[in-house]
Order: sequence, then C-alpha cells, then structure tokens
Amino acid sequence: MTYGEVIAVDRLDLEVAEGTVTAVLGPNGAGKTTTVETCEGYRRPQAGTVRVLGLDPRRERRRLGSRVGVMLQNGGSWSGVRAAEMLRHIAALHAHPLDVSLLIERLGLGSCGRTPYRRLSGGQQQRLGLAMAVVGRPELVFLDEPTAGLDPQARHNAWDLVRELRDGGVTVVLTTHYMDEVEHLADQVHVIDHGRLVASGSPATLAARGSENTIRLRARPGLDLAGLVRALPAGAHAQEVAPGSYVVSGKVDPQALATLTAWCAAEGLLPESLHVERRTLEDVFLDLTGRELRP
Amino acid sequence: MSTSLSPAPGSAPLTRMVTAQALMETRLLLRNGEQLLLAVVIPLLVLVAGRQAGSLLDIGAGRRIDVLTPGVLALAVMSTSFTSVAIATGFERRYGVLKRLGASPLPRSGLLAGKLAAVLLVEALQLAILCSVAAGLGWRPSGGISAVLGVLLLVLLGSAAFASLALLMAGALRAEATLAAANLVYLMLLVAGGIVVPLARYPESVSAHLELLPSGALGQGLRDVLSGSGPGLLHVVVLLAWTIIGTSLAVRTFRWE
Ligand SMILES: Nc1ncnc2c1ncn2[C@@H]1O[C@H](COP(=O)(O)OP(=O)(O)OP(=O)(O)O)[C@@H](O)[C@H]1O
Ligand SMILES: [Mg+2]
Repeated sequence: MTYGEVIAVDRLDLEVAEGTVTAVLGPNGAGKTTTVETCEGYRRPQAGTVRVLGLDPRRERRRLGSRVGVMLQNGGSWSGVRAAEMLRHIAALHAHPLDVSLLIERLGLGSCGRTPYRRLSGGQQQRLGLAMAVVGRPELVFLDEPTAGLDPQARHNAWDLVRELRDGGVTVVLTTHYMDEVEHLADQVHVIDHGRLVASGSPATLAARGSENTIRLRARPGLDLAGLVRALPAGAHAQEVAPGSYVVSGKVDPQALATLTAWCAAEGLLPESLHVERRTLEDVFLDLTGRELRP
Repeated sequence: MSTSLSPAPGSAPLTRMVTAQALMETRLLLRNGEQLLLAVVIPLLVLVAGRQAGSLLDIGAGRRIDVLTPGVLALAVMSTSFTSVAIATGFERRYGVLKRLGASPLPRSGLLAGKLAAVLLVEALQLAILCSVAAGLGWRPSGGISAVLGVLLLVLLGSAAFASLALLMAGALRAEATLAAANLVYLMLLVAGGIVVPLARYPESVSAHLELLPSGALGQGLRDVLSGSGPGLLHVVVLLAWTIIGTSLAVRTFRWE
C-alpha cells in the first residue's frame, strides 16, 4: 500500500482469529491506520489480497457495513451534532442496535449527551467514537487507537468494554501505542514498523523474547568487580554503569543471583538496593523498532 | 449488559435508514444560523425591499409583488439546494462524516436520497414562509392547479440541478474553499443570474445566455408558471441538462475523504 513515493504498508501478512482481541502495535507512521483502513475498505492496496469475514472489503463493502464496526482515528461526526443524537443516528442504521441510553451511561457520556460534538473534550469525542463502533452490534470491530487521550478511568472502562465484547463473541482488532494496553487486553499482538511485520505472538511470548533480564544494584562507587565477574556463570557479566550503579546482565538466572549475593556476603557489602528487572513489552518494543524518534 | 454485547449484526430497512438520514440532515440544516440567514432572511429582505424600492430595482411591467415573488422563491430554492448543500457536504467530507457513514449500512444512494429529502423538506418550510409573507403583501399568483404542479416540477428539477452542482463543488474543493465559493456563486447569481430580475429586463444578448443558467431557468420558469403560462420546455430542459452534467461530473470527481 503506497501513497505516492511512500510505502506505507509493505507485504504485511496477518490473520485474525474469530472471537479474539488482536492488537496492532507500532510507532507513529508505522502503517497501523493504513492497515486497518485497508481492511475497512477505505484504501485499495496496490498488491495483495485482503479478506474480511471472507469478503472483499472494497467490492463487498455494503455487505460488511452492517457486520463490521469502525472507530476512526479521529473525526467521523458532524460538528454541530449532539453526542447522543449522533449515536442514535448510527443505531438507527442497524437492525438490532444496543440500547443507546445504556451505552451512553456505560461510557460515562451521560452528562454530555446534549453537547454538540465540537464542544466535547478530546476524550469524550474518543468515547463517542468507540460507542459508534459497537452500537450496531457488529461481529468484528476495528478500533484505531481507541484509548488515545483517555484518562485512566476511561481507559479501564474502555478495556472492560473490549473484554466484554470479546466474551460476547465479537472479534476485536485495535491499534495502540500503549504496552500496558496490549498486556491487559490482547490475545495476539502484531508489531509493525515501516509497514512491515517485525514480530507476532501473544503478549507473554513477545515479552519473553530473548528473556534477557538484568539485576540492578546500588552500592558505594568503585567496587572491584573482578571476583564477581570470575564467579558468575558463563554468559552473565557485571559492570559499573555509573558511579555506584552496577548492572548484572546477560544470562541472568537464579544461579547468577545466588552468586551475586554470595559475593556481597564475602565482601561484607549490603547494597542500598537490588532489583531483578524482567524485560517488559516496552523494552521488546523499543528493541524491535529502535529508539529513534519517528517523523 | 454483558450478554447484550454479543453480535447481532444487520442493517435497518432502507426506508428507515433514508428517513433517519433525511431527518438528521434537516435538523442540522435548521440548526445552522448562517444558513438560515441565506435561506429565509435574505429572500424576505429581497421581497420586502424589492416591493418598495421601485426606482432602484426595475423589474418591469406587472404588479411588482407578482413579479418579485417567484424570483424570491427561486432564490430560496437555490440557497438551500446549492449553497447549503455545498457547504454542509464540504464539511462532512472534512470532518470524516462521509467516511464514517461509508462504513455504516447506509449505501451511498441512500445517503444521497437522504440529502435530497432534507433539501426538499427545508425548501417546503422556506416556501411556506415566503408564500405566506408574499400573500400578506398582496401577491396573487395565477394559473390555478396547473401552476402548483408546474412549481413542484421546477422546484424538484431546480433542486436536483443545484444540488448536483453543489456536490460537484464540495467533492473537489477543500471545505473552506467550498464555503467561500458557494457564497460567492450565490451572490453572483442573485445579482446577475436572472433569478430575481426578469430576463426581459436584461439586454437581449445577455438574457438568452442567462436562460441557460440553472438560476435563470428556475427564476424565469417560476415567473412564467405563476403568471399562468405553464413551464416552458426550454427551462425544463435546461434544468434537466444541468442535473445530468452535474451528476455525471460529480460521480467521476467526488472524493469522499
Ligand atoms: N493519505 C496519505 N497520503 C500520503 N501519505 C500518507 C497518507 N496516509 C498515511 N501516509 C503515510 O503513510 C505512513 C503510514 O501512516 P499511518 O497513518 O498508517 O501510520 P500509523 O501507524 O497509523 O501512525 P500513528 O501511530 O501516528 O497513527 C506514514 O509515513 C504516513 O505519513
Ligand atoms: Mg494511525
């Protein structure tokens, strides 16, 4: 999928299982929106095939309209329309919509139901967008950054809604930048960067990738580490990364930890702090996609 | 609510979708203050001022109010079916409304039907107001039932022609450019488009051309019909032709996002 010279999505091969929550994760400009909008039928790929519920999202768009719920990354409502009015309108286009007032309450929009869209706060607009995606009771929903700009309460509320959707049998595809969102919510995560798939798996297997943990230790500066380095199991190393700040990295297992504490005992050293740090999904994400800032 | 989140997909019946869309667009049009100014206030001003300012605005023989009213009705039709539709659609495109509705069960044909129905609803309100005021000012249309049918035909055709041109404009330009251009075109046609001033008052070389514009055809057509002479074939053909041209170009050039 290209825009002029820009290759936004390049030979991406993804499959989403029914009744699961799939997260598409990637830095700004990675091609998440392009991918999702290609599935929604908004964009025509230059090559390759896309099937949604077995249908061609462009040619058979009409048949998908009632079965697929869509939350755009932004916009989608008239500026002068009232929040509840907009939701009621989308509901009226479907055969068996959710109860609009219940949904409004559920998403905490009760107090702004009569507010024109342009006067809603960013988070309220975002919640309305989420409501619009689910009100028609679709089999499949595409949510483009559903929790961007939400406060923590609203974010948890949105997560609960997504889980309930999945438990009700709805397939959810969402994009996000938030690792905790992926860890809390997704059954399957696909990391994309520069339009290509760089990793796939469950959040747990992704976080375990490489499984390189570290031990951080604070103590007085300038310790002689030679003895420790000799004693550590092969594949683990120790170094003073900043004055008084020591890191044991490489193959960090229980044996390495025992070696470290034994060495401390032998040296008569009580560290000010000692942490075993497991790699988070965020570390994996940064390793996979690099640390430089995206345009 | 956990059980009710289970899927139950399905579209509403087409008539219900189109009705919902039409009522929604009608409410939004009526809610828009600036558009109401164009839709009702300016035509009323033209009606009242034009009746008084005899020396300023030479509209020719006949009772002034009888000559003026059909043109004002045409102006009202143009304000809604052209200016309002263009501006509203331009911003619908800008705000992603068309995009979002494209992913809903409402087909594009249903969206267009809803838009046209909203236009006709608003025009019905405008015409009701303007006709009552004109009647209060002494307007006496002639032509009886055939005049009413003629008006309906011309208003329908004129709305279709103007709306298709509005969509052509809104589907190609940015929203701000559409806003500016739609108002400019409205003003130009009001002043020099043969909509309010009878074509006979223009120099002959000009009036023949004005009759080929949708504004001239609608204005003159309504004046003819309401003075009892039935819609001229030329005006009907001109409006039909603009509808066909506008629609076929809009279909080819309209960008939904
Ligand atoms: N309509 C467009 N015209 C030209 N280039 C585009 C267009 N849409 C996207 N791009 C480019 O394609 C690339 C992918 O964009 P996309 O919106 O899919 O990224 P994203 O992963 O959704 O980013 P974000 O996290 O910022 O939402 C970017 O380099 C972007 O600049
Ligand atoms: Mg995006």
